Amino acid sequence: MAKLTFKTDNCKGCGLCVNACPKGVLSLAADKINKKGHHPVEAVAPEKCIGCAFCATMCPDCIIKVEK
Amino acid sequence: MVIFDKPHALADVPLHYCPGCTHGIIHRLVAEVIDELGIEGKTVGIAPVGCSVMAYNYFNCDMIEAAHGRAPAVATGVKRALPENIVFTYQGDGDLASIGMAETVHSAARNENITVIFINNAIYGMTGGQMAPTSLPGQITQTSPYGRDVNHCGYPIKICEMLSTLDGPEYVARVAVNNVKNVRAAKKAIKKAFENQVNGLGFSLVEVISSCPTNWGLTPEKALEWVESKMIPYYPLGVYKDRHADSNE
Repeated sequence: MAKLTFKTDNCKGCGLCVNACPKGVLSLAADKINKKGHHPVEAVAPEKCIGCAFCATMCPDCIIKVEK
Repeated sequence: MVIFDKPHALADVPLHYCPGCTHGIIHRLVAEVIDELGIEGKTVGIAPVGCSVMAYNYFNCDMIEAAHGRAPAVATGVKRALPENIVFTYQGDGDLASIGMAETVHSAARNENITVIFINNAIYGMTGGQMAPTSLPGQITQTSPYGRDVNHCGYPIKICEMLSTLDGPEYVARVAVNNVKNVRAAKKAIKKAFENQVNGLGFSLVEVISSCPTNWGLTPEKALEWVESKMIPYYPLGVYKDRHADSNE
């Protein structure tokens, strides 16, 4: 299982990472708001992460760090 | 083991771009290439006027802000004065394909040994979504509310096709950043454009088909679909000119 770390306060909630993830690991947190006022991304199924880094590749704000 | 992290050449600050704007992806690709080639200490970037006007805040290498459209002229001066340094420009379509067309064409014709990253999102982003030289026929913008009428406004300018007819440029390619596969291909092209300069081969331009969710009036996801369904058919991806294509294989 890979480990995802988010710079949550830099997230703009665009959702490009959510669409890029082939395993449905990510979701925008409907019940949270970050410092910028966006619903930030969170890993709702971190155990499914395969470390492909598709999310980080598509993130325009470079907030995702992927480790394995 | 770290699989993916922010490149060192990209400053650790929040970007001012709208949610889902692919400028951030392209900034990161440029920074990754600077890291991989180990040239951060001797790279000089030239920022444009447009949405990416504050690109000087986002790269850790030296940056210069040029007047609107004049980035290739400034880059020419820097490169000729400091030929050992690596000089790149980062320009949008309103900057490069409109007011800066003369500088672009002539620096390509002179085969200046610089790298140009050209972001084409078919609209003027910073000023609120006016029609750009690259806006598609029929595209609705602030200044073409009924769609771009080619009988009145003319046709979009295809920069890669146009520059590839010149004898000057070394490398001209068009890529997109609408999905993971294209982002990886875009990075390869950007890396080649920088390597060409390191190897002294001459003018390299990479046109990156980008999105503008805010001014297109689409969600970030729909904007990338629009890139796939509308932009790429009009602006086909590929390498338009590569004078040393055979020797690189």
